[in-house]
Amino acid sequence: MFSKVNNNIEERIVKAILFILALTSVVALGLIGFFVFREGLPFMIDYGIGNFIFGREWAPLQQIYGIFPMIVGTVYVTILALIIGAPIGVAVAIFLSKIAPPKVARAIKPMIELLAGIPSVVYGLFGMIVIRALIRELSHGPLSDYLPANYQTGYSVLAGSIILAIMILPTIITLSADAINSVPSEYYEASVGLGASKWQSIYTVIVPAAKSGIVSSIILGMGRALGETMAIIMVAGNTVAIPELGWKGIFSPVRTLTGNVALEMGYAGPEHRQALFATGIILFIFIIILNSVTLAVVKKKED
Amino acid sequence: MDKQINKTKIAVNQLSFFYGEKQALHEISIDIPEREVFALIGPSGCGKSTFLRTLNRLNDLIHKTKVIGTIEIDGQDIYNSDIDVVQLRTAVGMVFQKPNPFPSSIFDNVAYGPRAHGIKDKKELNKIVEKSLRQAALWDEVKDRLNEPGTSLSGGQQQRLCIARVMAVEPGIILMDEPTSALDPLATTKIEDLINELRKNYTIVIVTHNMEQAARVSDKTAFFLDGEVVEVGPTDELFTNPEKQETEDYITGKFG
Amino acid sequence: MSKVKRNQWIAFGLLSLATAFTIVILLAILFYVMSQGLEMISWEFLTENPRNMGAEGGIYPAILGTIYLVGMTLLIATPIGVGTAIYLNEYTREGPFKRTIRFTTEALAGIPSIVFGLFGFVFFVILLEPYTGGWSILSGSLTGVIMILPVIIRASEEALRNVPNALREGSLALGTTRWYTIKKTVLPVAFPGILSSIILSIGRVVGETAAFLLTLGGSLLLPRTIFDGSRTLSLHLYMVAMETGNMDMALGTGAVLIILVLIINFTAGFLFKRLVKRFS
Repeated sequence: MFSKVNNNIEERIVKAILFILALTSVVALGLIGFFVFREGLPFMIDYGIGNFIFGREWAPLQQIYGIFPMIVGTVYVTILALIIGAPIGVAVAIFLSKIAPPKVARAIKPMIELLAGIPSVVYGLFGMIVIRALIRELSHGPLSDYLPANYQTGYSVLAGSIILAIMILPTIITLSADAINSVPSEYYEASVGLGASKWQSIYTVIVPAAKSGIVSSIILGMGRALGETMAIIMVAGNTVAIPELGWKGIFSPVRTLTGNVALEMGYAGPEHRQALFATGIILFIFIIILNSVTLAVVKKKED
Repeated sequence: MDKQINKTKIAVNQLSFFYGEKQALHEISIDIPEREVFALIGPSGCGKSTFLRTLNRLNDLIHKTKVIGTIEIDGQDIYNSDIDVVQLRTAVGMVFQKPNPFPSSIFDNVAYGPRAHGIKDKKELNKIVEKSLRQAALWDEVKDRLNEPGTSLSGGQQQRLCIARVMAVEPGIILMDEPTSALDPLATTKIEDLINELRKNYTIVIVTHNMEQAARVSDKTAFFLDGEVVEVGPTDELFTNPEKQETEDYITGKFG
Repeated sequence: MSKVKRNQWIAFGLLSLATAFTIVILLAILFYVMSQGLEMISWEFLTENPRNMGAEGGIYPAILGTIYLVGMTLLIATPIGVGTAIYLNEYTREGPFKRTIRFTTEALAGIPSIVFGLFGFVFFVILLEPYTGGWSILSGSLTGVIMILPVIIRASEEALRNVPNALREGSLALGTTRWYTIKKTVLPVAFPGILSSIILSIGRVVGETAAFLLTLGGSLLLPRTIFDGSRTLSLHLYMVAMETGNMDMALGTGAVLIILVLIINFTAGFLFKRLVKRFS
């Protein structure tokens, strides 16, 4: 009466198909890792990992491949972007989740989403025309006596950092706001009930409780800045050079790891191409380090 | 009530049930006769719903559960490995605590089961839908709006729709898990009247937290406590003259 | 004013300022690109071929390229992404397999798009050239698929998780198979959520450039088949701005992109609201 019948076959086939579909992303990730490393790793070993990473000259025509300037450029632009973007992002997150009336917060949320949805080339274009021009006003104007000629174009670390800072705002705002909102409201009420002001309660109770979430939102924003390619190419000038130490450096044109790949892949010969894949590996490693840090932060919170 | 002895429909023998390490049912043995209403009562968390859900193997959906012992329906062990749960659930219908109509029309709700079992002919479906809705005493209220969403009905109507939905696949057994707990008194009365009507053709197992309801609708009652059956018997005897102290304490309202 | 009150006043002032600043930046970008770009948009701009490497003429091939690329990418990614989500949410329980997939989607979501480009280039463009046509819409789409899979998988999983269990039980208790229950009850209920995830991933494809720079080829010709090279609006904007220096043409393209993004966000938001309504 209840014995097994044919409709089990359909059920099994469907399950098998879905299982295969679910494997797709695993296979894709495996292939990405395999091919990027296969193309780049042998070159890196042949050339010498130290020479590759710490080499200060990049001249593919002379078979010289040192990406140290790009590493410095990437780190410089990313950190400056965080210095500008992180405080603003966290401030907006606190404002939206704890201070703004719900109606205002609801009105602002779609704007943040829109900020996240604008294509990076549009940011790049805006940066290229508007922000670069503003910086040039400064570097070619009042500061021109202090800066070398190639620091006066406006294409610079600063332009790149400002654009990246804007681009990482949505990530930091959304995730920090989530973290702040997930702090039990009793904490806050208890603090206010004890006579602390709203701000004191936010500052001494809410923000510390949401700290790990806020930190991981900043790290994720950092990942986004590190991986951004198009916008940064459009505003950073892309010269392979290590910026000067000191304040002048922020006016220096700079090339990032991502920019290096995107700019040269189109015309690269075989060895040059391998060098660009090796650049991709370095980028990969940066991201893996960042993700491990995020995991550690989240884990620390769970413990 | 005049009692003739009906043959056993569901035979439960030494049934134990585990959620992971936790044992929820302890060696339960009950015989449920055909075409009677069998009530399961007891305080919440006593295992009566868990027990009900072993009868159509709906507990299979939960991770890491284990069953020991046997449940035989019409002499067939439903936990045997060659049993098809889909077939089993076709034969053992279930009505849930909260009405859960599908987000589709009244007609589609009732036709859902028959369609799943391969009936495509529109005329036949029409016939089944009308018959099932009549059996569930809902036809007159909805016959002019079969295309409206099932969720537009009142709570009581929704529950009768869910009963009609079960009728449509013609099970021999209907499990009811506190079917009136989310309903108002008037809707509850309607469902109880319906149960009295359905007992002629169906074996009904009903979980209820409402002892008056058990007394009103059931022929036999089992009293559950901490995953064990304390007492089973004809409902009127169990309520008027319980054998065990715990049963008496429960039905006189001393706990639970 | 007490010190405490003054501090609060200053702090709230700064926080409001940061928020206002963020909004002003958004509006400045939108206003600038739209006000400069809308002037460029005309019927000819949208329907003519570019001349002089895109420094003059229209953007028709880029519009067509975008549509082809988005269409192909979704066509491939939707069944894979939704299928994965169904498998994860309906057919498996917490365990190593589920954790592996979750780790994978997170890892994929974190990979910079230029790395997808590198992979797409060496795998689809070079290695599979006989099948993909080298730099082509197909190569670009397959690369795009990997990029948007995490978006679709996660959001679809979320949509499936939100389907009340009572509906699954109600259906299964009628003696239906798991797949029938999914097909007839779970998926229809989860549909708006899944759809809004798909629409959001359109935004991702439309906005992506780096990965397509290395896989799409950037041809200005009208694509006839998926084996032809092409360019998307984003890629067109980049190439025009960097290679021709004609900022007006780039701004016109930028305005079209922004309008697209606005439509996408609005539609996804609308669907999401409908979904929330259904469950409240």
